[in-house]
Amino acid sequence: MALLEIKNVSRRFGDFTAVDDVSFTVESGEFFTLLGPSGCGKTTLLRMIAGFDLPDSGAIVLDGVDLRDTPAEQRPIHTVFQSYALFPHMTVAQNIAFPLRMAGKADDEVRTRVREAVAQVKLDKLEQRYPHELSGGQKQRVALARGLVNRPRLLLLDEPLGALDAKLREQMQIELIRLQRGVGVTFVFVTHSQAEALALSHRIAVMNHGVIEQMDEPDKLYGFPKNRFVADFIGNVNMHEATVAATGGTLTLELGTLGRIAAPSREGVKAGTGGVFVIRPEQVSIRAAAEASPDPNQFEGVVNDFLYIGDVTTYIVDLPDGKRFEALLPNSAPGRAKFFEVGDHVRLSWKAEAGAFLDA
Amino acid sequence: MRRSPLLWAASLAVYAFLYVPLVVVVVFSFNDSKLNAEWVGFTLDWYHKLFANAEMLHAAANSLLIAVVASALATVLGTMAGIAMHRFKSRLLPFMTLTPVAMPEILLGVSLLIFFISVFGEESLSLLTVIIAHTTFCIGFVAIIVRSRLAGMDESIFEAARDLGATPWQTFRLVTLPLIMPGVVAGALMAFTLSIDDFVITFFTAGAGVPTLPLQIYTMIKIAVTPEVNAVSTLLMLLTLTMIVLAGKIAPDVLRGKG
Ligand SMILES: Nc1ncnc2c1ncn2[C@@H]1O[C@H](COP(=O)(O)OP(=O)(O)OP(=O)(O)O)[C@@H](O)[C@H]1O
Ligand SMILES: [Mg+2]
Repeated sequence: MALLEIKNVSRRFGDFTAVDDVSFTVESGEFFTLLGPSGCGKTTLLRMIAGFDLPDSGAIVLDGVDLRDTPAEQRPIHTVFQSYALFPHMTVAQNIAFPLRMAGKADDEVRTRVREAVAQVKLDKLEQRYPHELSGGQKQRVALARGLVNRPRLLLLDEPLGALDAKLREQMQIELIRLQRGVGVTFVFVTHSQAEALALSHRIAVMNHGVIEQMDEPDKLYGFPKNRFVADFIGNVNMHEATVAATGGTLTLELGTLGRIAAPSREGVKAGTGGVFVIRPEQVSIRAAAEASPDPNQFEGVVNDFLYIGDVTTYIVDLPDGKRFEALLPNSAPGRAKFFEVGDHVRLSWKAEAGAFLDA
Repeated sequence: MRRSPLLWAASLAVYAFLYVPLVVVVVFSFNDSKLNAEWVGFTLDWYHKLFANAEMLHAAANSLLIAVVASALATVLGTMAGIAMHRFKSRLLPFMTLTPVAMPEILLGVSLLIFFISVFGEESLSLLTVIIAHTTFCIGFVAIIVRSRLAGMDESIFEAARDLGATPWQTFRLVTLPLIMPGVVAGALMAFTLSIDDFVITFFTAGAGVPTLPLQIYTMIKIAVTPEVNAVSTLLMLLTLTMIVLAGKIAPDVLRGKG
């Protein structure tokens, strides 16, 4: 049985629907992520799971029990807030001890468990400090330790890394994964950063305007986005309007005036259907226009610009019909950071099994 | 910041304006003369006289009792009102709580007098009615201070407490109350000082049998401003100062005026 079941949950504010008939399940031990742009309803959904808010319709079920009549303090669910929400008048140790005290644990056990939790998040020697004497990363650790110390069935994390700088965030991501594996607590993690979601999660639900657009494992989500929104939101993607010219083992797509390409087949598409063709920049090969390519799909273009990222360089190429495609080249050859200059004529190509045809 | 001499002079003048009259009162309370005119010599006579004055002692006891009970009641009720004003964003609630603060005292005094007489009768005016009256006008002050203290706080702290297993009552006792405590102490202090030196409202609601310190001082200076009045004022001043220092110890940030 799934640990958490969200069944057709909706939440309306006036005539605005913040969460619209959302359903999903989270398995025990899973790192589950709700990913979506700002305002798509992630926090609203999380608040209903925590018990600060009630759904207008639908049910939230934990371990087979409907939580509707269970107040927040009785749910075996803890939350790590984006603002940390540490108690300012309590020391680090007192903050972490709080859930244990509320659960009525004996002093001895509280002391032992707090010491363990402090070690787990590497806060030794800081136990007697107050929150205002901690850095952002340290506060984050206290919030995590406090959320985990009483071993909840479920830990909700609302953009917990949002306030940290890039370097610290990366470090905390690694520690989050380590912690989650270590304690075996189920995580429901909220973020609007697709990179964070891909790096951390077992499964990701992509939300938009209060609905779940797609729910999948990170590599499936990235490799096989179901629709235009997901393709665009997760990672970078090249898009081109397309019409199905022929179906069969592979699809034949008409990319406007650009010409025809071969693309992976999809169930239920008929000739004449309009949509978009999407392909990731790293699936597009780039070489000098004079060189030949073995790929079935190829177009010549002119380098418009390039972005040197460090490990890779992204080339932005103008196609004959005025559309722009991006192609990615790793800079693994020593001393090579640039293969093409702006204005160079290049050949873009990709295999028949690369990319996907999606509904518009 | 550079300190200009002009600024210095101006602030000196302001402080002088504020404190010279107080210093004069204190100095003349130790003056060995019946007149507040020139320094004759040091004496503690006026204090001896004061403590032998049964009427004055009775009035002081009344004032203290009223101030303690009224400020305690106002602190409890005002804290609840402050929290309610913060929690329920209604417009009517602040209006109703704060009106007694803004209302001219004389109006409040008269209306309370009329209320007590018409509901409980002429003979109801007593210590109790004064306490009720003082509580009424002090609630608003406490409520304002408590609410402003809450206003700057991250709401998710209280949700976090619930989330981690605290009942609403535990959340109040372990999180809300400690966090607003400086405001509560400041409110209690303010209520106490407001109550102990209140004249107008007490005048209307006390009736004949309940002289308080301010009423007694008023009765005395109708005859003459004796050094005894200076002495009692000095003691009142000392009491207020002690309370401020105490508050500074209990809640250091109240005096610094930071949220
Ligand atoms: N109490 C409320 N009353 C009215 N509207 C609300 C309320 N809470 C949230 N909303 C609206 O619901 C929508 C979803 O809000 P929510 O906080 O869930 O977004 P989010 O996905 O968490 O966004 P972010 O990434 O910015 O935190 C927003 O448009 C918001 O304005
Ligand atoms: Mg949010």
